[in-house]
Amino acid sequence: MQASVLPRLRRAAGSATAGQIVAALAIAAFLLLFLVLPVAQVMIAAFQPRGGGGFTLVNFVDFFNTDLFMRSFWNSLYVSGMAVLVASVISLPLAYITARFEFRGALLIQTLGVIPLIMPPFVGAVSMQLLFGRNGTINLLLQDYFDITIPFMEGLNGVVLVQAIHYFPFILINLSTALANIDRSMEEAAQSLGSSGLRLFRRIVFPLAMPGYIAGAALVFIKVFDDLATPLLLNVKDMLAPQAYLRVTSIGIADPMGYVISVVLIVFSLLSMSVSSLALRGRDYATTQRGGGGLDRRRLSPVQAVLAYGIVVFILLLVLSPHIALTLLSFATVWSFSPLPDSFTLAHYGRVFAESAGYMKNTVLYAGLAAGIDIVLGIAIAYLVLRTKMIGRQWLDYGAMAALAVPGVVLGIGYLRSFYDITLPGGVPLATLWIVIVLALAVRRLPYALRACTAALQQVSVALEEAGENLGATKLRVIRRIVVPLMTGGILAGFVTSFATAAVELSATLMLVQSNADAPLTYGLYVFMQSPAGRGPGAALGIIAVILVAGCTLVSHLLIERHRRRSGATR
Amino acid sequence: MSLADSSLAKAIQPVSVTVDRVSLSYGNHAVLKDVSLQVQPGEFFAFLGPSGCGKTTLLRLIAGFAHAQDGRILIGERDVTDLRPWQRDVGLVFQNYALWPHMTVAQNVAFGLEERRLPSAEVRKRVGDMLDLVGLSALADRRPSQLSGGQQQRVALARTLAVRPRVLLLDEPLSNLDAKMRVQVRRELRDLQRSLGITAIFVTHDQEEANTVCDRIAVMNSGVVQQVATPMELFSRPANLFVANFLGTANILAGQVDGVVYRLAGGTVMPVPAGTQPGSKLVLRSQDILLVTGNSEPAAGGIRLSGQVRDREFLGNTMRYTVGTAAGDLQVDVLITVTAMPQSIGDAVELELTPQRALYLTH
Repeated sequence: MQASVLPRLRRAAGSATAGQIVAALAIAAFLLLFLVLPVAQVMIAAFQPRGGGGFTLVNFVDFFNTDLFMRSFWNSLYVSGMAVLVASVISLPLAYITARFEFRGALLIQTLGVIPLIMPPFVGAVSMQLLFGRNGTINLLLQDYFDITIPFMEGLNGVVLVQAIHYFPFILINLSTALANIDRSMEEAAQSLGSSGLRLFRRIVFPLAMPGYIAGAALVFIKVFDDLATPLLLNVKDMLAPQAYLRVTSIGIADPMGYVISVVLIVFSLLSMSVSSLALRGRDYATTQRGGGGLDRRRLSPVQAVLAYGIVVFILLLVLSPHIALTLLSFATVWSFSPLPDSFTLAHYGRVFAESAGYMKNTVLYAGLAAGIDIVLGIAIAYLVLRTKMIGRQWLDYGAMAALAVPGVVLGIGYLRSFYDITLPGGVPLATLWIVIVLALAVRRLPYALRACTAALQQVSVALEEAGENLGATKLRVIRRIVVPLMTGGILAGFVTSFATAAVELSATLMLVQSNADAPLTYGLYVFMQSPAGRGPGAALGIIAVILVAGCTLVSHLLIERHRRRSGATR
Repeated sequence: MSLADSSLAKAIQPVSVTVDRVSLSYGNHAVLKDVSLQVQPGEFFAFLGPSGCGKTTLLRLIAGFAHAQDGRILIGERDVTDLRPWQRDVGLVFQNYALWPHMTVAQNVAFGLEERRLPSAEVRKRVGDMLDLVGLSALADRRPSQLSGGQQQRVALARTLAVRPRVLLLDEPLSNLDAKMRVQVRRELRDLQRSLGITAIFVTHDQEEANTVCDRIAVMNSGVVQQVATPMELFSRPANLFVANFLGTANILAGQVDGVVYRLAGGTVMPVPAGTQPGSKLVLRSQDILLVTGNSEPAAGGIRLSGQVRDREFLGNTMRYTVGTAAGDLQVDVLITVTAMPQSIGDAVELELTPQRALYLTH
């Protein structure tokens, strides 16, 4: 009886080995427990009357009848839409200049695409107040010279500006990739048929790049829609994500409104994800053949060159402004009502190193563990999906990717609801352990690692594995000795993306951190930045965070480059 | 492909294409060196050569996508050297077809006509005619990604011919098709070109394609035109060793010209024609060497070499023997007949060389 179970199971599973079945079940259990269950709890709670039991829509009726929530809803939509618009205005010229012209600043623009992402947006929020706020540098100067002020940072404007400057790289990168993937022959075919100039751009280049742009724009929209810390730090409370947080933290996890808002956030996530996948469906316009890709690059005329460099430098200054202000702030004794700080000091760094080493240690620990979990899961899922015929293997991929549609706030709330009642021996609720933060981060960043691992595995020819098996290596040994080494570049890229984004994440963390001792850097930053006196040390901590993430990104970039050079011959 | 579109054939005025002393280099790398040639009106012409010989660059130069440092390109009497691609009226069919994925088949074909600001009724009519011509009317509303390779190629051809270009350029048009389609499509291409009478230039690295499709061929190597001739002339009277080697199987017999004879390694001598260059090498095609069995006498003037069968390849109707001789390993094709017993590896054999078939060529 016992002996016949495994073969039958194997047949049912589509001739997978026992090890593969165990791995698939373990992954499925992980996803069910730490992604599906918490989100399901949130959904159920939204449809239950206060106190639990039964089914009701009354919570949603309440939501739509409450002015505060409706205002928050429209504000969130407005801010997300405007952020996409402003991010597009920043990205379009940059992408076009690099794709179309021989431009020496191309590297500059690539770097530009990374700089904002290595700093949490809410950190930028504080420093941008100092530059663009009512009493910030720019407005003080405008007041002195022209007697006007511009409300860059007033209310929702501030959120739009901060988010656009932070998230525009998603549009820039997607759009640039789309432009670079247009085969030159696409353009040449049109030219040889008599088309040129703007008409050529409008009829051929723009439509071909459109799916990439929409994918980037949808990503920016949803990131802004779900972000929690930036509006909170700018003291904008009437948006959806902050409302969800405030309800749960001030009224408690029994309050249904937090759950209703969560459902609204999820619905919008799904909507914008489907817009982006609709845009890309059946329109995989990656048209490059072997050899020369990208559009024909033209020389800039002197006038065009001045214009191009002008635009790039302006955007560069804008993008770097939070970093510049943050650096100044971290060295400033007092900085208010003056264009520049009064004098400089190293005291903030001293204080941060003395008091906040725990934050840094926690961040490296949490983000490292989360990214480690992600690549292990990523490799396993990629392998099961691409290399086995196991029934239902696609669902592991869908399950892991579904995390993209779950806003951090929602996941945090879900964890609180699911794991708070589970107490460990000694009466400690499971939800208060720091490992829960790691799990939340791992689930949130799994999609990045999974896509990197899948892409890496797709580039490893099956024949290379078969050659290993043919020479007597078992499946597991083939994976260890052939597949994983060949995937190294992709795995590292996945690890670093997961690590760097987990290190600056705050939405889920903000809900889950229970004590200062367990808090990561971002949480510490958030706490510092709330009080005017904490801004100096907060800025110093922010600079450390930026250096930490930038350093990791650089190291991984170098590792990937080296790997690519060494394995260049096999590609 | 049906060929009912007489209006298209009438609309096309065959023109010549002249490449006049063109040189092009990227940095220190010379891609084309002082290339001159003339394609006659209505001719189907091929640029043939190994990869990297500059044939595609020359084609792109005619289309306006590359720029020569020196020389001129004329289409008919018109100097197009400084014209932009969209001003040249030259149709280019791309190797990868370059169909726009965001447009349907019909939209792809209509594109060039719309760029020429033709009235929409005229555009519709011409698109319909072109799709009829290539037999794809039923697929007009499909996207390129839904078509097979052969169908995509026809769309690319229809799109190019729709604008009635003065010259049709084809960049390795058969390379993305499977072997069977290739034979079919190259016949269709030749028929279409003949009935339209359009001047066409075809780039390929495959001598069989060039031989079967084209009237004349320019053989290119390292940016230099080696020879311009009809396929048969190239085969029977190659201008140099490169051309002889590139087209067909050429045996180069070790030895050197010594006065009025060619002295083979091993001592055998062959009389050489008057005027043979001193540094020439003796070249014989594999079918121009006889493998002698039994005790027959040599034909008049025939020269015998003894050797040993090193290898043999079965090629269907012939057997190709590799025979080791004092003048090197020679490849000899022997027709397979029912009566003749094939030689085995290791057999000692006699080869007979005919001086009339001998080519004396330099590098």
